Amino acid sequence: MLAETAAVATSGWFLEHAFLIPVIPAIAFFVIIFFGKRMPKHGSEVGIASMLAGLVLAVGATWQWIQRVESAGGADEGGAIARGMYGFARGLVPQAAEGKAEPYVEPVIRSWTWWQSGGFEFSVGQHIDGLAVMLLLLVTFISTLVQIFSLDYVRGDRRYTHFFASLTLFSAGMLTMVLAENTVQLILGWEIMGLCSFMLIGHWWEEQANSRAALKAFFTVRVGDMGLLVGVAILFGAFGTFSIQETSRIAMDPATSQTVLLWAAIALFIACIGKSGQFPLHTWLPDAMAGPTPVSSLLHSSTMVVAGVFLVARMYPVFYNGFDIAQNGNSANFIAVIGGITIIIAAGLAFVQSDIKKVLAYSTVSQLGYMMMGLGVGAWTPAVFHIFTHAFFKCCLFLCAGSISHTASHHSFDMRKDMGGLRKRMPITFVAWMVSTAALCGVPFFSGFFSKDEIIDNAHHNGYTVFFVIGLIGAFMTTAYMTRATYLTFFGKARGAAAGHSDHGDDAEEHEMEHAEPLDDHAPVLAMAHAAHGHDTHDTHTAAVAHDAHDAHDSHGAHHKPAFGLAEESPILLVFPIAILGVLAVLSGYINAAPFGIEKFLEWVEPRGGEYAPTIDHATFTWAKAMPSIVLVALGFVVSLAICRSIYGEADSKLKGLTQRNASARAGYAFLANKYYLDALYEKVIVHGVAHPIANAVNWVNQNVIDGIVNAVGKGGKGTGEWVYRNIDQTLVDGTVNGSGSVARGTGGALRPTQSGKVNQYGALLFGAAAVAALVLVLVNT
Amino acid sequence: MEVIRDQNWLLSLGVFLPLAGVLVMLFIPKRDELLQKQVALVTALATLGVGVYTLTQYDYDQSAKLQFFASTEWIKVINSGYTIGLDGISLPLYFLSMVVTVLVMIYSWDHIPSPGNPKAFLILMLVLQTGMAGTFVAQDLILFFVFFEVVLLPMYFMIGVWGGEQRQYASLKFFLYTMFGSALMLVAFLALYYKTGAQSFSIPYLIENGIGIDKDVAIWIFAGMFIGFAVKVPMFPFHTWLPDAHTQAPTQGSVILAAILLKLGTYGFVRIAIPILPQAAIEWAPVIGILAVIGIIYGALGCLAQKDMKRLIAFSSVAHMGFVMLGISTLTSIGINAALFGMVAHGLITGMLFFVAGSIKERYHTLEISRLSGMLLQMPKLGWILGFCAMASLGLPGLAGFWGEFPAILSAYQPAPGLSVGLFRTLMVIAALGTVLAAGYLLWLYQRTAFGTVNPEFATPSHTHSLGAAGNDEHHGHDDIHDVTVFEWIAWAPLLIAIVVLGVYPQLLFKVMDPAVTEMVKVFNK
Repeated sequence: MLAETAAVATSGWFLEHAFLIPVIPAIAFFVIIFFGKRMPKHGSEVGIASMLAGLVLAVGATWQWIQRVESAGGADEGGAIARGMYGFARGLVPQAAEGKAEPYVEPVIRSWTWWQSGGFEFSVGQHIDGLAVMLLLLVTFISTLVQIFSLDYVRGDRRYTHFFASLTLFSAGMLTMVLAENTVQLILGWEIMGLCSFMLIGHWWEEQANSRAALKAFFTVRVGDMGLLVGVAILFGAFGTFSIQETSRIAMDPATSQTVLLWAAIALFIACIGKSGQFPLHTWLPDAMAGPTPVSSLLHSSTMVVAGVFLVARMYPVFYNGFDIAQNGNSANFIAVIGGITIIIAAGLAFVQSDIKKVLAYSTVSQLGYMMMGLGVGAWTPAVFHIFTHAFFKCCLFLCAGSISHTASHHSFDMRKDMGGLRKRMPITFVAWMVSTAALCGVPFFSGFFSKDEIIDNAHHNGYTVFFVIGLIGAFMTTAYMTRATYLTFFGKARGAAAGHSDHGDDAEEHEMEHAEPLDDHAPVLAMAHAAHGHDTHDTHTAAVAHDAHDAHDSHGAHHKPAFGLAEESPILLVFPIAILGVLAVLSGYINAAPFGIEKFLEWVEPRGGEYAPTIDHATFTWAKAMPSIVLVALGFVVSLAICRSIYGEADSKLKGLTQRNASARAGYAFLANKYYLDALYEKVIVHGVAHPIANAVNWVNQNVIDGIVNAVGKGGKGTGEWVYRNIDQTLVDGTVNGSGSVARGTGGALRPTQSGKVNQYGALLFGAAAVAALVLVLVNT
Repeated sequence: MEVIRDQNWLLSLGVFLPLAGVLVMLFIPKRDELLQKQVALVTALATLGVGVYTLTQYDYDQSAKLQFFASTEWIKVINSGYTIGLDGISLPLYFLSMVVTVLVMIYSWDHIPSPGNPKAFLILMLVLQTGMAGTFVAQDLILFFVFFEVVLLPMYFMIGVWGGEQRQYASLKFFLYTMFGSALMLVAFLALYYKTGAQSFSIPYLIENGIGIDKDVAIWIFAGMFIGFAVKVPMFPFHTWLPDAHTQAPTQGSVILAAILLKLGTYGFVRIAIPILPQAAIEWAPVIGILAVIGIIYGALGCLAQKDMKRLIAFSSVAHMGFVMLGISTLTSIGINAALFGMVAHGLITGMLFFVAGSIKERYHTLEISRLSGMLLQMPKLGWILGFCAMASLGLPGLAGFWGEFPAILSAYQPAPGLSVGLFRTLMVIAALGTVLAAGYLLWLYQRTAFGTVNPEFATPSHTHSLGAAGNDEHHGHDDIHDVTVFEWIAWAPLLIAIVVLGVYPQLLFKVMDPAVTEMVKVFNK
């Protein structure tokens, strides 16, 4: 089992032991599940510790990877023939042309035989390169912050321990996938994430809406997973290997059949559509907001949903050559089209949501569309970089939404009913939100600008003009809907719960630290909460589940009261992760800030070497080229702000009630509000059709046709027997035996030898057995 | 075929030891129920002990050979011998049958179904064990057939006496349907015997000589065996006995039926039909593949329509056995390995699901899906176990079910030489669709029964729901909806652990099976 197959070059302990990063949380999961409830912090400490351990290892691995890249200098490590493609400064002619080879940095690959079947080996292992290192760091970092955030956010929940167990297992799954050495391991991680999302979305499964959302998420993703199974089968069948590196090499080989690659790429991309919420399977993602907010923040913005993007990035040669992305003459391909459609339709839906989390969910879908489109137009590095920056600012936005609902709006996520005017009351949340929004919109000098603008720029550069335009329209729409959401949440007048129209008490002197301590002046409430999650006595808390699906997490939201309209921020454990992420929403972009000539991300992450990765030429940044998108962002802001002020503001305006007065505006709104009727198509037509009429028809056929035949044969046999008994046996005494003999005689040449009376011996045998059985039965019943 | 004859008494001991227990039990009065249970359990444990010893003595480096081989004359007049042996194909199932019997015995400790009479019930179970183990070691067609039929009778009585309301119909249907298949199978065996020169019924002998049979004849002989085994599997469209038998059978019967009995059919294909008649197998493979895939989709759709949980699980067996048969039909080592793994995995997982269904029925006195809800609130542990089994059953990687399904799909991409690649790739895609449907019906079942709030009908502790309530329930009141009991834990833990262990480290099984399977499929790669 421990036959190590890959030679490990000088790479350092952390890189060679990166496989420990998923192993630690996987073990932690079992510890939490089996012992968590008996621990002082109910298992959350184990979860956070495992995440921190993973983070430390990931930081170590990142550091050593950077060293490895830097030290690769000019030396040809690992013996692979390196073909350089580009220098650090873009816009130059690839340096290989100048005779200076850019070295291929050999990934740190280790594998162990997992099992063997029919001469094939299935292995587990690690494939550590820039992409893997980047995601390892990202996932462990975000997971750590989200778990810290959850400490307070779900405190007192009925299934507090299970919650942390699921979060931890989720991280283990994602990490397993990220460093997968082969496609089978990738499936393993992929499906574990699916399972965890089911558990976490359905965390409050007492509510039917939540359990339905969980089912929908798992099932929709599973529809895509069919493509994953088929795609992996095609690649394995055609190439005879599961190894990702080997598959990449074969896919890059010009001799490889493009047809095979095309089919494999289509199948695999279907899986990505499901997992990454691309059109037309994006419908599960907004529903998945039924889960607790940390779940949305971790799974449905920054990590799990990028699994599909990761898969495309990881197996890029298959897609690149399968869809022939390099052909500049082609102005479209499957990936780019799906990504492009997703950007627009999801952004459109974000306009009509009143639930703040759903705005963010559609925004996520739209941004995932950018990443996919980027990969589809050959902009590998910008797309992967967008995974990186998006994770920080989107995670931050979700946590801000959670913070607002936790503290200001009494567990409501309804922007129109329960928020408004929060900018002064929650300054830290507000600032973090604004910074992240700016990053999301692609405002210059915030992180999203550096990644998203690169995607748009490269779409143009690579000749995908249509997608260049789509990217620009998307940027406009993004700014517009985010302006609307920001306006509704933080500006204007406080409404509903945010204005204190709920039934809170008015204890205003809360200190942030006190919330971390169970023994404050609210001890009775919290003590009850702790008793409740200590052992699964659900009833204690069902009373508190009252008014809203998102509401189940505890009665202590009542602690946070708007008082005197003064600053009243969420507790430190909530604010701390938000603040860090807010800072990173700005800074993370500067790893690869093209306007300033910083291209470290490109250097560290992009695979080099024509044998394993396609040669891609990069666009050169100029401010002139960035201008259209900057202008559109500004325009989006201005237009949206104007419309918001007139619709949601104080003053009377013509736009108010437009959807009531104008038929086409109403129709447009209804079309969006009904999510383009896709949900209706899937649920009412397809799922309902299969689950009810079709399944029932099959069942009817089963009961009445197939089983009907069996029963008819049985009845016929019985009838025949009776008839034979009456008419033959009674008249011709030895009818049966001779009869069967003569039938057998007629049954044709092939079976001739069977007829010659030896059947009788078998008969004797059977009768003997029956006699023994009868004897046994007699004895048994004494 | 080479054989190893060391310790040739071992398999006979393993097979017939349960009958010794039966003999003892026959002389214990029916009233002495505790003693009956003790003797039965000790016997089953002793048999398992022999099984464990067999595992330790088995030579894993020579898994392709028949080990502990014994052969003596038995019925001279037809040259049938008492020939037994164990190789990598039969070892997992042989051992599984012993484990399942022990677990079922433990479960029976406080779950003897109505109308009671543990003496008869347990004796039948031990007889059943002999039949099952015997089938997996028999290396002579007549011996195989006798064991194959021995299995039938105890199960017939189990369903017919201890079953549900329609037990008469279900048991008769089960018996007659299987007998019908066996009759054709026997005819095929006899034809095989004569066509190979009427020398011997020994399987190794027939494997050497069966290849010489004229292809047209071989196809007809295969047809007979096909029907016999396909009924047992059961393959679409011969599956209709299964939902009735499962639904009506007592929990123990369902578990054994799902865990072991269905595998007799698939085992028959792998052990007898395909190696003896490879030239016919190539011709039949597309038919088997198509029926298998129809079974996958059809079984899944059937599941979606079910209103009774146990019937749903029964239908899911049709779908899962479809994956097994798909793997077999590719005639590749990877496919047949997947099939053998799938048999064991399905045995563990579906057996476990039937256990859970039985326990739910015992508590709620109904398995109607629409009436059950919020089980996680009332019985969190049982609810978790159900969820775990559902996940295993839908093929979640990391649990045993995946390694039966996924490699079967893989293998269909490249079937054995001579088979239509286009057809099998189409089958591959449709089979993959089956995994989606599996997720659909299992999670939908779980969502409806485990999630949500408790049905008010069962909510109040004092509620009595006496309609048809198992009157023999000595120590549980009808009103007592309690979580997993100690006996249930003991009976289930090994299955649950095995599902995880095989899921995490499938090599445990593949290592045993692979050499034998590779040896077997050599004939197709010439």
